Amino acid sequence: MANALAPQKQMTFGEGGLALTFAALAALCIVIAAKAYTPEYAFHAYLFTAASLAAVFAIINRYYDRPAERAPLTIDGKPNYNMGPVKFATVIAMFWGIAGFLVGLIIALQLAFPVLNFDLQWISFGRLRPLHTSAVIFAFGGNVLLATSFYVVQRTSRARLAGDLAPWFVVLGYNFFILIAGTGYLLGITQSKEYAEPEWYADLWLTVVWVTYLLVFLATLWRRTEPHIYVANWFYLAFIVTIAMLHLGNNATVPVSIFSSKSYIVWSGVQDAMVQWWYGHNAVGFFLTAGFLAIMYYFIPKRAERPVYSYRLSIIHFWALIFLYIWAGPHHLHYTALPDWAQTLGMTFSIMLWMPSWGGMINGIMTLSGAWDKLRTDPVLRLMVVSVAFYGMSTFEGPMMSIKVVNSLSHYTDWTIGHVHSGALGWVAYISFGAIYCLVPWLWNRPLYSLKLVNWHFWVSTVGIVLYITAMWVSGILQGLMWRAYTSLGFLEYSFVETVEAMHPFYVIRALGGFLFLCGALIMVWNLWKTVNSAEQAETAGLALAPAE
Amino acid sequence: MSLWQKHAIFEKNSIVLVIGILVVIAIGGLVEIAPLFYLKNTIEKVDGVRPYTPLELAGRNIYVREGCYLCHSQMIRPLRDEVERYGHYSLAAESMYDKPFQWGSKRTGPDLARVGGKYSDDWHRDHLRDPRSVVPGSVMPGYGFLANTELDFRNIADDLKVLRLEGVPYSQDMVDNAVKDVATQATTDAADAADVIKRYPKAQVRDFDGNPGKISEADALIAYLQMMGTQVDFNLYDDKANIR
Repeated sequence: MANALAPQKQMTFGEGGLALTFAALAALCIVIAAKAYTPEYAFHAYLFTAASLAAVFAIINRYYDRPAERAPLTIDGKPNYNMGPVKFATVIAMFWGIAGFLVGLIIALQLAFPVLNFDLQWISFGRLRPLHTSAVIFAFGGNVLLATSFYVVQRTSRARLAGDLAPWFVVLGYNFFILIAGTGYLLGITQSKEYAEPEWYADLWLTVVWVTYLLVFLATLWRRTEPHIYVANWFYLAFIVTIAMLHLGNNATVPVSIFSSKSYIVWSGVQDAMVQWWYGHNAVGFFLTAGFLAIMYYFIPKRAERPVYSYRLSIIHFWALIFLYIWAGPHHLHYTALPDWAQTLGMTFSIMLWMPSWGGMINGIMTLSGAWDKLRTDPVLRLMVVSVAFYGMSTFEGPMMSIKVVNSLSHYTDWTIGHVHSGALGWVAYISFGAIYCLVPWLWNRPLYSLKLVNWHFWVSTVGIVLYITAMWVSGILQGLMWRAYTSLGFLEYSFVETVEAMHPFYVIRALGGFLFLCGALIMVWNLWKTVNSAEQAETAGLALAPAE
Repeated sequence: MSLWQKHAIFEKNSIVLVIGILVVIAIGGLVEIAPLFYLKNTIEKVDGVRPYTPLELAGRNIYVREGCYLCHSQMIRPLRDEVERYGHYSLAAESMYDKPFQWGSKRTGPDLARVGGKYSDDWHRDHLRDPRSVVPGSVMPGYGFLANTELDFRNIADDLKVLRLEGVPYSQDMVDNAVKDVATQATTDAADAADVIKRYPKAQVRDFDGNPGKISEADALIAYLQMMGTQVDFNLYDDKANIR
């Protein structure tokens, strides 16, 4: 101790406990790796070991580097925000975004030119497709949600993020889950439930991370110095709580052995199908909608410098949306062996869902009242407003496709793929891009490098999206009609493979659209890179792992 | 007016807000999922649906591993063109032992619910190795590595045990003989073929991959494909009996 007057530095309970837990986990994983049934599972056990040891090292190292006292909650009466985890999640979101878009382009090309599968198991379409969906939804989207939720909850509560190590555990632990999930797909480790493919041990890990996330979020709300919880935080909370429930319900599996990556779900057949799409559609409803609506409710008013259009509409929007969404799952199972009553319920609620969805869209777009001129001058705001417009479009298309007679044509075709992408590219990605264009200058305290490049990003991506979804509309409806086409003699007109061959030109156009979208995102990365590295301080060096100041 | 102010209780108390969210999101799932476990007409009463043989189960696990469900459905809808193209519409009973279900949601390739017996083993072998050698215009990846990879079935009895724990009616006899049954079912003119067929009625016993010297992953996958949709005899099935 250099200075006798300084308070004595002590390891906190959290630091000691977490370091010990990780040490124990490392030991357990070594044993599992040694006795694993398959080399793929052993590889994952080694990854867990390495990550646990790295965590122990990082915790102890941080302990030696940190001052004796904990970071103050306020400095000069102003909240001392903890933006380190927010910065990390923002940067890694862009990384995963590029990776996810790239894999999407690759699998689009594989469908157009199957030779690109190279007949290698690790990169065949069946293994890369979950990699694409997970990378864009959970890695890109998930990190955007982590970054923005930790930012928004601090700013709107005027309080420092709760926990010392906990926020770091959430962002790093979540990204480790992504790593396990992604490498697992390439190695053939999957439970085949769409958008819930990771196996039991990854699910367990995610559960721990997710509960910590909920606790950090709630504990930050408890610290708030504002009397009201801001509307964006209602949506974040609904997203976190509901995803926890869905995750547990849809991943109720029994592993074959602790030494095996394989598990079997407790549900079977028709019940499993219903549970899966209860999960699957609400991954859309709560991960890709409620969470991103929270972004809309904070970033659009902030950027437009206008209050949210209607407080009452936001109350109705919130409760109606979360109540109705949960029912919509069975529209993925129209005309299947799921009982008719469940299909009808699913269809009915899907159609009703149109109303709160458009209520939210109106609340977002009308926030610009009195500030419409900014659409001409601020391409970031334009990006976000167009995203809400795409949200309106796909939340009209969705209810329409959930009508049974429409679904009999659209189901199993590319129309569904087009619908998903108008939501994912137009709504989720655009609102994320808008939020990141706002966040990076705020977090790094630098002006955005170039608005002109944002404009380029916007137009290149928009052309890409339009090419993508129009190609999928045409190919989906065309294939659906070809399947049910009859000759005048009453025979089916086309063999299956003829309907596959007819898709080729549209698959090429779709790949071109995806390529343009990827180009737009690369323009964005360049723009952000120049922003963070512009002029001034040497602080820029700590981009990736800035300490929790 | 006053009703709007009542909402303040949710806005000022995070725990009340969480409880409110939980109540609202629980309702839809409970109403749609819980009845599927007790309404008798959810799963039809039919004869012939049995648990998978260990070899078929291993094949099914390869089907899952390679993500086949991403392009092939296993669910024929009761629509005229589908019934004519693929066969009798799928029954819930036919996937009652499927963990997880493989109904799928996209048909980049055709439905496979009744692919069993439609093509020869040779066709499947060629098709898996090089899809365009038998279906020009197909966009399916080649899966030649399956025939070259030995099937790992040392621990297959563990799989049966877990499935039994979860309610699939595997008998002790089936669990005890699981490893042996894999080898037997993948062998043409196997000595104890009758035992396998006794345990698993209608099981097809032969060398599926055309390479008698080796039990490969292709053996397992083709065994699975060849049994798909063949368990229920639709000449005997009475769809009126299930209107309850």
